Amino acid sequence: MSENIIQMEKVSKWFGDFQALKDIDLEVAQKQKIVVCGPSGSGKSTLIRCINRLEEHQQGKIVIDGIELTENTKNIEQIRAEVGMVFQQFNLFPHLSILDNCTLAPIWVKKIPKLKAEELALKQLESVKITDQAKKFPGQLSGGQQQRAALARALCMEPKIMLFDEPTSALDPEMIKEVLDAMVDLAKAGMTMIVVTHEMGFAKEVADEIIFMDEGMIVERANTEDFFANPKNERTKLFLSQIL
Amino acid sequence: MIKIINFLGTPSREKFSLFVPIGIFLFSLGLIDVTLNSLFDVNITSFFPRGLNYFTPLIFGFLGLYYLRIEFSGNKMLDKLNININSNWFNSILTLLIIFVLIQNIPPLLNWLIIDANFVGTTKKDCSDSGACWIFIKIWFPRLMYGLYPNAELWRINTSFIMLITLVVALFYIPIKLKKYLIIFLIFVFPFIMFNLIHGGNFGLVWVETTAWGGLSLTFIISVFALILCFPIGMFLALGRRSSAPVTRYASIGFIEFWRGVPLITVLFMASVMFPMFLPDGVYMDKLFRVIIAITLFEAAYMAEVIRGGLQALPRGQYDAAKSLGMGYWRLHLLVILPQALKLVIPGIANTFLALVKDTPLILVVGLLELVGMIDMAKTNPDWLGFATEGYVFAGILFWIICFNMSRYSQRLEEKYKTDR
Repeated sequence: MSENIIQMEKVSKWFGDFQALKDIDLEVAQKQKIVVCGPSGSGKSTLIRCINRLEEHQQGKIVIDGIELTENTKNIEQIRAEVGMVFQQFNLFPHLSILDNCTLAPIWVKKIPKLKAEELALKQLESVKITDQAKKFPGQLSGGQQQRAALARALCMEPKIMLFDEPTSALDPEMIKEVLDAMVDLAKAGMTMIVVTHEMGFAKEVADEIIFMDEGMIVERANTEDFFANPKNERTKLFLSQIL
Repeated sequence: MIKIINFLGTPSREKFSLFVPIGIFLFSLGLIDVTLNSLFDVNITSFFPRGLNYFTPLIFGFLGLYYLRIEFSGNKMLDKLNININSNWFNSILTLLIIFVLIQNIPPLLNWLIIDANFVGTTKKDCSDSGACWIFIKIWFPRLMYGLYPNAELWRINTSFIMLITLVVALFYIPIKLKKYLIIFLIFVFPFIMFNLIHGGNFGLVWVETTAWGGLSLTFIISVFALILCFPIGMFLALGRRSSAPVTRYASIGFIEFWRGVPLITVLFMASVMFPMFLPDGVYMDKLFRVIIAITLFEAAYMAEVIRGGLQALPRGQYDAAKSLGMGYWRLHLLVILPQALKLVIPGIANTFLALVKDTPLILVVGLLELVGMIDMAKTNPDWLGFATEGYVFAGILFWIICFNMSRYSQRLEEKYKTDR
């Protein structure tokens, strides 16, 4: 079991009376790439936000890299430093330049010396191909560039797991590709990834497994080829017929 | 009616050379009429019936502006004026009324302030009745600036303020690397140096009681200390009010609502009269300290709400992003949230600071005499009775200069920290 970097057992989560997650069991092995899809409101975002405790689960057990997520703030901060996240709305810090966005957490959380942090940040910015934007502020960049900067910022913490919460949903169509390309490169480099997305082309290319969620439950989990070739569940079939 | 006015035809571009001179003539006639009437008591239109001649300037001006109202006249200046102050009959009447009010009031005001005013002399007798008596301000000037501070020791106040100004100016010119040390020095060390220099009692300096402090320098001292102190307190209160821990939250809400709910005057009375009764025997706290603390806490409550407004304006994504990078509560707020929130509320912060500076004269009620207090004292001096107006005008001008500069400074900060979202 120790090779599972993410281990969720019977995780449930309520928003008021609404149950967003119902008894979710999920194991993710190291270097596995998983795409989560499903209709809106099905709990995909909540699921991955529970993994770095941006949302608190109320029942069940989540263990990340051997550390259990509990009320313990120390554990939470340690896990968050190991789990990177990319958001739908980029969420770059608008008051800092792209470079400062990338070095802020390494300097203040991981206590890396400034020069070294900048060196690392430039390397990550280069890997997403926006080194020339390093001195600019987020507001001066296009959506695609901002999302790649957000990816670089998360990578600067050298995370073991990357979570993507609909990273391309807020982008213009012509910018989606540049972000997906950066994500594909990352996948090829061997990162453990959980991606909530509707980009089925990306899923086919990178994902080892696909999870289909509906109404707070994991309806189907299958490896990529099987998922598209012969989905078992009726709801999965319906969903696929609508988006493909 | 319109037909009668238009006996020469409608004002139009074709008849530019006819209507513009007529318009200018009538308009000037109206201005001359009102000027002569109000300033020299000459009525050039007295041959008109009584009720009518009162309105003649307005009628002349109105007709003049009507004839001048030529659309697309081709003359750039005239077009601009027409669009801005003469676009229809209602606007033209407003324009005229404003001009008339200015003509009636500005010359007498200038007369009183400067032309008929008295500058030379040393006693009340040197003043004529017709203008302001600035001799009063001149003679009392040292008192208005320094209160009852001993004359021989004035250099101490001067030095400390010159040092303060020098350091603040230096802030703009020194390299960024040293800047943060200078700011820390200015906020945490310099106030004590300044205070010690003015208060004395050690290093061979004569001790000067705080009750002798006064005038504009006291205004500054109270403002500077209260400003520096109320800002961090307000920040913590704002964070406290949004905290998820019930004790912190309700304590902050209670504090803020208490101080916002009571008038400053009562707070000052409490600080100077009631508070000492609660102190144990033998413990004494200077009245000036008590007042500074009272003003600080009072303004901190307002500051807290201003800053909370900025905190609430930030999208939740900023919190999510900072958390997902492993930042805890303090790092998240100090590095990500507060820098953005404070930037958003610079106008509100400036507002609170200006209100604080203008609230300082209220300390008059507990017997501390800053600028307005000293003027109150001076105007009741038997040798100088009857110069309250000069005093208050002078105080008004000084306060305006101070507040205007603070406001300009806040605008500069806003401009400097403007980044696109």
